[in-house]
Amino acid sequence: MPIRTKALAVLFAALAAMLSLASAARAQTVLLNVSYDPTRELYRDINQAFIADWKAKTGETITLRMSHGGSGAQARSVIDGLDAAVVTLALAPDIDAIANATKKLPADWQTRLPNNSCPYTSTIVFVVRKGNPKTIHDWDDLVKPGIQVVTPNPKTSGGARWNYLAAWGYAQAQSKDDAKARDFIAALFKNVPVLDTGARGATNTFAQRGIGDALIAWENEAFLLLKEFPDKFEIVVPSVTVRAEPPVALVDGNVDAASTRKVAQAYLDFLYSPAAQAIMAKHFYRSFKPEGAAKEDIERFPKVNALGIDAFGGWSAVQATHFADGGVFDQVMKAAHP
Amino acid sequence: MRDATATRRVAAVTGETPVARAVLIAVAVTFLGIVLIFPIIVVFVEAFRNGFAAFLAAFDDPDARAAIRLTLMVAAIAVPLNLVFGLAASWAIAKFDFRGKNILITLIDLPFSVSPVVSGLVYVLLFGAQGLLGPWLKAHGIQIIFALPGIVLATIFVTFPFVARELIPLMQEQGSGEEEAALSLGAGGLRTFLTITLPNVRWGLLYGVLLCNARAMGEFGAVAVVSGHIRGVTTTMPLHVEILYNEYNFVAAFAVASLLALLALVTLAAKSYLEWRYGGAIASAIPRR
Repeated sequence: MPIRTKALAVLFAALAAMLSLASAARAQTVLLNVSYDPTRELYRDINQAFIADWKAKTGETITLRMSHGGSGAQARSVIDGLDAAVVTLALAPDIDAIANATKKLPADWQTRLPNNSCPYTSTIVFVVRKGNPKTIHDWDDLVKPGIQVVTPNPKTSGGARWNYLAAWGYAQAQSKDDAKARDFIAALFKNVPVLDTGARGATNTFAQRGIGDALIAWENEAFLLLKEFPDKFEIVVPSVTVRAEPPVALVDGNVDAASTRKVAQAYLDFLYSPAAQAIMAKHFYRSFKPEGAAKEDIERFPKVNALGIDAFGGWSAVQATHFADGGVFDQVMKAAHP
Repeated sequence: MRDATATRRVAAVTGETPVARAVLIAVAVTFLGIVLIFPIIVVFVEAFRNGFAAFLAAFDDPDARAAIRLTLMVAAIAVPLNLVFGLAASWAIAKFDFRGKNILITLIDLPFSVSPVVSGLVYVLLFGAQGLLGPWLKAHGIQIIFALPGIVLATIFVTFPFVARELIPLMQEQGSGEEEAALSLGAGGLRTFLTITLPNVRWGLLYGVLLCNARAMGEFGAVAVVSGHIRGVTTTMPLHVEILYNEYNFVAAFAVASLLALLALVTLAAKSYLEWRYGGAIASAIPRR
């Protein structure tokens, strides 16, 4: 008998704990921002600033929660029911996928906020080990035999798609020929020993496990790496790169169900405020409106020759040609690793 | 005298020279050192790299505390449930004959052979918004995955075999003679269970619960799939370690990892103590898979 009572008591305690957890969450306004991998440090600061700003404006204390991971994987989680109030992902197609699969936000979501819903942009650069021992200066140097290149998997990582497109853009500019560009991409991925699922994983593979001669990375991730490990790495700016646009969006279906539309919208608007734009520049993102940012934060960005997504025919064409099942990336991987 | 012959016979049968034996032992010890002992030492060295204060500071972080709380809560729900399921399943298998018994035994072993990622994924496919039961759950405002219930379910799935697998051989060996005697003397089913069956298997049960608990707290793959990685809400200790590591916060990552390692060491110590103290009673509980 005592055993049965004990088991029942444990069950009840567990149920009570679950219920109290649920009700505690309901007591206060909670917003969940589902984001991509490298924005951890950025949104920690922005969230703090927004919570203070919202409290000053309305007197209400809110809680902001973060979830980080590879952009594609994060979109998948939101599609599977992760309760995101806003999504801040690495590229537009990941948010398109949420809109298509769940109808929780309209198809024209990207027109709802300024600058294609991108409060900041970034670009793709190389990180090499201090002193550049393998003399890597441009994309050509990455396809040489014996060079190891670290970049995440374009199937799961948004950053990796930008990396891939930058390489494609360079190869196209060189040869003006799709078949030759494809050979170039094949040679590049032949030199990739590890395909991590997200940008941060790739950075760790390069920086901490010491694998690879060059890392293809977000500019913000590259600067952060230099800051975390002073005197171990250098940034190399290739002759051609991309203008990466990581967009943000309200997930209407979720905020309406939780009645948090007003504060979630204010959060997204806040991303365009001078305060948030300054924080973005501080964390090495290229602010949309850099006027409010510290001068030295803006000046440290190198000049780049960056192609926009339109140079590749827009995302839907890029997705279909390169990243869909059986697309160029799949063909190249099959050829590189038979 | 008899002992001496026994030793000599053993030596003769295996027949290694002392050198070969020393080499074999050295190989085994080196291997264990490299794959087990050295990494555990590294975890603790890294955790205390910046001193004890920095180590403690890792646990000042509300997210770390939330992760510890969540891990304890998941174990507190999953382990007792698996204790009940495990007892019931092994009781049924060891004491009764019924159709489909072999299928049940196979099913119990399933979590051992299925990748934890798959165990997590089946719950996403079942309870996710696009899943089989997703729309119904949503209509009733019930959140399973990306919340505590999903993490508990995934943990139960992964840890299910531990208790049952300890008990089945033990119960089978003991047979049902004592229970039959108790029943023929007029004891009811529950009384027979509480006074005969349970005491007979108590050490094997405890052993299974310890292993089950260690795995429940340490599970990464299955939980990662259903967690949604909401910081401070659905990140268990293993997930929190990964987050900290990915944020270049190594001391904190290894501090939390050392807590997990400590837990494993305590489990190991408890297991060894049980074996030493109740060696005879437990001997038959050591699984023969």
